Amino acid sequence: MLEEHLKKVLQSIVGHENYQDSKTSLLSYSYDATPGFQSFPDAVVSPRNKQEVAEIVMLCNQHNIPIVPRGSGTNLSAGTTPLYGGIVLLMKHFNKILEIDEENLTVRTQPGVVTQTLIEAIEDKGFFYPPDPSSMKISQIGGNINENSGGLRGLKYGVTRDYVMGLEVVLPNGEIIKTGGKLAKDVAGYDLTRLFVGSEGTLGIVTEATLKLIPKPETKQTMLVLYQNLDAAARSVSAIIANRIIPATLEFLDQPTLRAVEDFAQIGLPTNVKAVLIIEQDGPKTVVEHDMIKIANICKENEAVEVTLAKSNEEAEALTTARRAALSALARLRPTTILEDATVPRSEIAKMVSAIEEIAERNQVTICTFGHAGDGNLHPTCLTDIRDKEEMARVEKAFEEIFHKAIELGGTITGEHGVGAMKLPYLHLKVGKAGLDLMRNIKLAFDPNNIMNPGKVFAELDKKRVVVQK
Amino acid sequence: MKTVEKERIALEFKEKMDYDELLNCMRCGFCLPSCPTYIESGMDESQSPRGRIAMMKAVVDGEIEPDEDVKRSLDLCLGCRACEPVCPSGVRYGHLLEQARDIINQNKKSSIPEKAVRGIVFNNLFPHQNRMVAATNLLGFYQRSGLQKVARKSGFMNFFPESLRTMEKVLPPVPIKKELKNRPNHLPALQRQKKKVAFFSGCLMDTMFMKTNDATMKLLQYAGCEIVIPDTQNCCGALHGHSGEREKSKEMAKRNIEAFEHVGADYIITNAGGCGAFLVDYDYLLKDDPTWSERAKEFSGKIKDITSILVELDFEKENLQLQEQFVTYQDSCHLKNGQKTFMEPRKLLQSIQGVTYVEMKDASRCCGSAGIYNIVESEMSMQILDYKMEQAKKTKAKTIVTANPGCLLQMKLGIEREGLSDTMRAVHIVDFLLEAYDKNNK
Repeated sequence: MLEEHLKKVLQSIVGHENYQDSKTSLLSYSYDATPGFQSFPDAVVSPRNKQEVAEIVMLCNQHNIPIVPRGSGTNLSAGTTPLYGGIVLLMKHFNKILEIDEENLTVRTQPGVVTQTLIEAIEDKGFFYPPDPSSMKISQIGGNINENSGGLRGLKYGVTRDYVMGLEVVLPNGEIIKTGGKLAKDVAGYDLTRLFVGSEGTLGIVTEATLKLIPKPETKQTMLVLYQNLDAAARSVSAIIANRIIPATLEFLDQPTLRAVEDFAQIGLPTNVKAVLIIEQDGPKTVVEHDMIKIANICKENEAVEVTLAKSNEEAEALTTARRAALSALARLRPTTILEDATVPRSEIAKMVSAIEEIAERNQVTICTFGHAGDGNLHPTCLTDIRDKEEMARVEKAFEEIFHKAIELGGTITGEHGVGAMKLPYLHLKVGKAGLDLMRNIKLAFDPNNIMNPGKVFAELDKKRVVVQK
Repeated sequence: MKTVEKERIALEFKEKMDYDELLNCMRCGFCLPSCPTYIESGMDESQSPRGRIAMMKAVVDGEIEPDEDVKRSLDLCLGCRACEPVCPSGVRYGHLLEQARDIINQNKKSSIPEKAVRGIVFNNLFPHQNRMVAATNLLGFYQRSGLQKVARKSGFMNFFPESLRTMEKVLPPVPIKKELKNRPNHLPALQRQKKKVAFFSGCLMDTMFMKTNDATMKLLQYAGCEIVIPDTQNCCGALHGHSGEREKSKEMAKRNIEAFEHVGADYIITNAGGCGAFLVDYDYLLKDDPTWSERAKEFSGKIKDITSILVELDFEKENLQLQEQFVTYQDSCHLKNGQKTFMEPRKLLQSIQGVTYVEMKDASRCCGSAGIYNIVESEMSMQILDYKMEQAKKTKAKTIVTANPGCLLQMKLGIEREGLSDTMRAVHIVDFLLEAYDKNNK
């Protein structure tokens, strides 16, 4: 609980209706979508504008109160769990799209806009905003920026980072800065925009963003390719890219994932094959058709047992929607599902897939794999039971081995979910001690009192707690 | 709430809540955009399915007390179950909600007036069809004797909250005593017989909405069904089940199973989405009762909504016609989310000549009726209804079709509140279909 006088000040800033501290409210903001992490904040505060954000930040800075900015709480690395209590800063009032600039191909938006809402609004005007995390119907733009979210269209179009042109940020000292802008070119000083993207709420609070739009592709085709062999599917992925074709989407699902997804979606996915690829290409009609034929041939050369094109937009939509539900659908099978997003260079995808299989077997844990194969970004998901301590220890070990393997193949411990609290024991594997020190110094330059989302990204390196932590 | 009550509730949560089901929620949040109360509360997590499940789990885990706030959040849930079909993990939220409400209601001392009302409604009225008939007669007397006029004119109705006042206006004129008494037990098919069905007539449907029941039976006859209507059946128990009166609902379930199990019907037909979804769940309700679980399973397996059997028997190929009009459909939450029936009503409506079917935005979002929710949670219910009417108006529909009596009354209420009763009407789908059938076949 916050001291009474601080509570009064906060209430006077945001109004009583925007300050919650009942036990049920605190519980409701004690978690995100990451299993095994839960921690109560001291208050939930919903500012109505950036001045209020600045006032709150100054107060917290003065009294060393942690701040955790939060959108819809769909985070998968415990980035939005208030591990050290403090204030959960809800951005629900920042829910307006401010301007769609058709001349500069930009959209200016507040961070609390739901990703899908933004996508629909700009698509109505013939534009395209590619970053499409699986949670896009729920997630908010602010969360996407802070986590540098990826999605299904990352292969051809990149991730959130590639579309953020400018930000308005409230710094931990209460100052409000603007970075970047509607500029195709801008080398005035350090690229602070990029620094904030993916900073997981540890550097400041985004209150506005200018995002890049591109013209909407003319057509799109979607293909489902079936395999009786995991390795063949993985080899196809590398072969497609090696043949200089970049599909918009190149997704991979193994058999257990397929079965769980079909159980939920009931759209007639094949459940008797070992793996499938969902491949999408967009662009001018002739190019798309040409690419799809080439892709189909490459897949067949790599032991695909069947290649089918979606007959309609609805059918295509059903496929990608089903894919987005993969993680949650896997939760049907066991009480706890823990997923990772280790990423390797595209060319190494086949090696990674077989390494995961081997690691699962060695540690006697069940790991289902799906993910953005075209990005080298897999989501090995462990089905387990958080109540079984012994099994959880094996899960922990398996993930550690996966991280090491990914690094060994030239990859990273997290491709798109962020370090958060979940992967911080492993960050050093990727960035090294010097890298970690530098990052820590940057963090302290922005936030000397460590009030912004403390306990995320950095911690004591010997403290391991990927999954065994409450 | 008193400390001892909270302790008792917490203990029962630990003992009775299905912990595996609670763990099955992996908190992805896919349910959030489907939840009417999450949307209407301005995205308040504690008014979402994910939040409510987290609350139930936290009570079991001893992290929070089951205090008034927890009860409030569960009370404010519509129970529409829109979160279920969108949940990739397949969490059966409706079951969790019923378990939690049952524990709270059985252990919390209600205020004396609340207790009295609950006692009358749940124990003395709904389980007894003869009393339902009597109550309807009383309403009929009120409507026909001139008392209704006096009540409205005298300002007596102003003592009631706005939603209830308007509700009083939109209640259908109820049938007279004689009609209510002489209900048939058996009806022949009026075409080549294709199926033998049993009709679940429902408590409210067979009194206040008797005309709709008659229309349902007519349609079944025209579609080639022989109908039996067992007279020992009673209320489905949904109202009890959803309101934390589980034991009472089990008794009623057993009586219904007995009433239907020896009639030799292919299907048991319902015309109220709310009842149907509860009937189809009897196997879950009685799963721990060895003498009943198998019988319940057989019963549940036979439940079918009227629209579903009509499509199965190709009724949409009949010569159906009405005057030119735009028509829209408001899903019954429990018909859609509980019985997965949502294509059939649309298919039937689209097959009527003269009807231009216009899909309403968010047609499957709850209308705010939700059993007795519109009376006990009037404010939220009216907020939800306002959104619904906005969407309905955009369709330019002359007729809003529904498939459940609660939704029907709520849509009528919405039309009345918007002052649209001259240009828009709400009907039950069977009444509408019979109108369309009669136009060319009579």
